[in-house]
Amino acid sequence: MILEMKGIIKKFGNVVAINEVDFQLNEGEVHALVGENGAGKSTLMKIIAGVYQPDSGEIFVQGKKAAISSPSESQKLGISIIHQELNLIPYLTVSENIFLGREPKNLGFVDYKKMKRNTLELIKQFDLDLNPKALVKDLSIGEQQVVEILKALSLKPDILIMDEPTAVLTEKETSKLFELMQLLKKRNVSIIYISHRLPELKIICDKFTVLRDGKWVKTAEIQDFTEHDIANLMVGRELEDMYPSVPANIGKEILRVEGLTQSGHFNNINFSLKQGEILGFSGLIGAGRSELANAIFGGDPADEGEVYWKGKKIKYKSPIKAVQDGFGFATEDRKETGLILDMSIANNITLPSLKKYKRAGFVNKKSEYRDIQQQIKDLNIKLYNMYQAVKNLSGGNQQKVVLAKWLVADTEIFFFDEPTRGIDVGAKREIYHLISNLAKEGKGVIVISSELPELLGICNRILVMYNGEINGEFSHEEASEQVLMRKATGL
Amino acid sequence: MSNMQTSPEAKVEERSSSNNKFFIWLQYFWANYSVIFAFIILFILASIASEHFLTPLNLTNMLRQISVIGILAIGMTFVILIGGIDLSVGSVLALTGTVVMASQVDFGASIFTAILFGLFAGLLVGLVNGLVITYGKIAAFITTLAMMTIARSAALYYADAGAISGLNSDYTIIGNEYLFGLPIPVYVFIIVVVISFILLEKTAFGRHIYAVGGNSRAAHLSAVPITRVTIAAYMICGLTAAIGAVIETSRLNSVSTSSSGSMYELDAIAAVIIGGTRLTGGQGKIIGTVFGILILAILSNIMNLMNISPYIQGAVKGAIILVAVLLQKRS
Ligand SMILES: Nc1ncnc2c1ncn2[C@@H]1O[C@H](COP(=O)(O)OP(=O)(O)OP(=O)(O)O)[C@@H](O)[C@H]1O
Ligand SMILES: [Mg+2]
Repeated sequence: MILEMKGIIKKFGNVVAINEVDFQLNEGEVHALVGENGAGKSTLMKIIAGVYQPDSGEIFVQGKKAAISSPSESQKLGISIIHQELNLIPYLTVSENIFLGREPKNLGFVDYKKMKRNTLELIKQFDLDLNPKALVKDLSIGEQQVVEILKALSLKPDILIMDEPTAVLTEKETSKLFELMQLLKKRNVSIIYISHRLPELKIICDKFTVLRDGKWVKTAEIQDFTEHDIANLMVGRELEDMYPSVPANIGKEILRVEGLTQSGHFNNINFSLKQGEILGFSGLIGAGRSELANAIFGGDPADEGEVYWKGKKIKYKSPIKAVQDGFGFATEDRKETGLILDMSIANNITLPSLKKYKRAGFVNKKSEYRDIQQQIKDLNIKLYNMYQAVKNLSGGNQQKVVLAKWLVADTEIFFFDEPTRGIDVGAKREIYHLISNLAKEGKGVIVISSELPELLGICNRILVMYNGEINGEFSHEEASEQVLMRKATGL
Repeated sequence: MSNMQTSPEAKVEERSSSNNKFFIWLQYFWANYSVIFAFIILFILASIASEHFLTPLNLTNMLRQISVIGILAIGMTFVILIGGIDLSVGSVLALTGTVVMASQVDFGASIFTAILFGLFAGLLVGLVNGLVITYGKIAAFITTLAMMTIARSAALYYADAGAISGLNSDYTIIGNEYLFGLPIPVYVFIIVVVISFILLEKTAFGRHIYAVGGNSRAAHLSAVPITRVTIAAYMICGLTAAIGAVIETSRLNSVSTSSSGSMYELDAIAAVIIGGTRLTGGQGKIIGTVFGILILAILSNIMNLMNISPYIQGAVKGAIILVAVLLQKRS
């Protein structure tokens, strides 16, 4: 046994995030840690990583009792963690980020040549087209995640903790990651793997542990359990039908995009969306899907081309007019573009729709409060006080706050960019039904997702983007993982 | 999700006994208002240190002295909340003071019109700052540093680096008279505080201020008019500088273009920071700034009462600022 935790308790104020949890990790095993949003997975891992100190309990590394008082202490013990939220420095390059604080030196100076060489070696493992000298701020969120992974690998750890590494990766990068994990396993590295994508666990993990409400529920060999069993263990009850029926009541066209182009991002995009329709966008990281949504929404206007909203030509220079017209854009990166982290949950939810609550110049807190309560209830956002800072929520619950924002805003056309990123199975199911209900109410819905099963499950139509262009269109019936993957890779 | 039927509120009830609730409240209070505790401690210490401190005359005098900087600090709070800074307020005070005095003396304007001109000038300078920062995309530090020298130089040029003194003694009422035992400037300060508090806490504009300072990209994508909010913050700051100018010039019925408002920006910024507003924006409270300014006031007052050399007082102030920021970093 390389790592053992005994009777760990961790409280945040009044919230018991980890409640007497025992956990064991064997050498060379890939151990899945699963549980609902807010179950305490990240907190438990942060205790191993030295970010948090437990209130009580003991940790043994390689059989020796360890007091992990800081992240550097944890690194010294051979532990390396890929955090759920990205922690890169935007204005440093890829290689500077990877070797931050451990720069290879030559006569006291940073040896940039060596750093670049080492970085390229790491990148090669991933078979990725990434420039070591690119600034991190210019990378897509998926590429940033890869940098985080490379950074963790460069430490050559004995214990590697991965907190939802695939949440922002597409199939291609994910399968590369799994190959890498197999390799690490052969080198006897022990891995703790957190993911809400249950199908992955079967592929890559040996064992699993379920947490629920901060408590240990089960540890077992993964081969003895089905995906469905694990999901039920997570939520503590029987889960039924993951995907709702695909919307059938399609109305008239509400959005039409013609020849939309933004240099460097996407080129000559044509598509349309009807009322009550769910349109999916599939593609690899960097295919230009998020940029396309952002351009239509006015976040970063396109260079050329036309957009028609209910037959009227529109050209939003900022999101203000777009939101007035009923556009809503739940962005993929909640930390950078989705939320004001230091603001309260409540104030985040109503930020785009404050106009609605204006009475004689003031914000009418009563009706605002009512709507917020409603969303918290509908989306099952797990919190203890809606006036706490949104950054204190677990990752999945933060994601729900992003969705709640646009539900409150009387949105008529939704752009959901990775809407279930980091969300647990039970909540995913709820979100699929919610999206489907929005469509049934006659709203237009565009879903950008890297999870093929979810696009296949809920969309009427799926467009595949490759290299900034639309490379295929499939109806719900025609689409399959194979064809989407083929089109996404440019075939 | 099985245990989610209870509303979050019911959960709070469930989880916390009344005892705990008090503890949570205390924690919350400490996190947000530790500056109030600091003020109370300082107040008690000052009362013990000098018998002259806790006299009505001393206290009202102290309040009058801080009202100008206090008003500036309130405007500065808006700017720092959006993640900006305004170094020009001291010079803008001199410039708007010049406008007010010159309107009366050189152009024969009534007191009322002169004040309006002054306030308008303050708004205008703020507008220029805001426009340059947003549309010109020049850092606030640079923009307002330039404005600091421009505004001062404009005032100096107009009056040949001298003073402009008024003739109408009615004008001195604002800065010198008392109402129900309190100096009029203190009332002006309180009004500015109350209006700002309402703006920040009760209106959409206030939410927007926090959103822009917290994460301007996310705010932009949430349909917050970040450009307008930014410009408005600088205009408010310019306006408070002009209000300060009216009080300051009315005190002596005169403006000194070379010394009026000089270095006020530093005290204003210090009060905001001591008051717990985060220099990078997004977090802070008007109440914090009020107590920040009170702390600065008690400090200089008690040091004067105890005959501490004015030359060393700056060092004490500086140390207090550092301690305040260190304490904030902890929580
Ligand atoms: N810094 C903090 N302050 C207060 N509460 C916190 C803090 N960090 C976590 N929590 C609370 O602890 C609980 C567990 O959170 P944690 O992030 O470990 O969940 P998780 O299992 O990783 O969920 P997810 O799948 O959504 O990432 C949640 O209720 C969360 O709100
Ligand atoms: Mg987590």
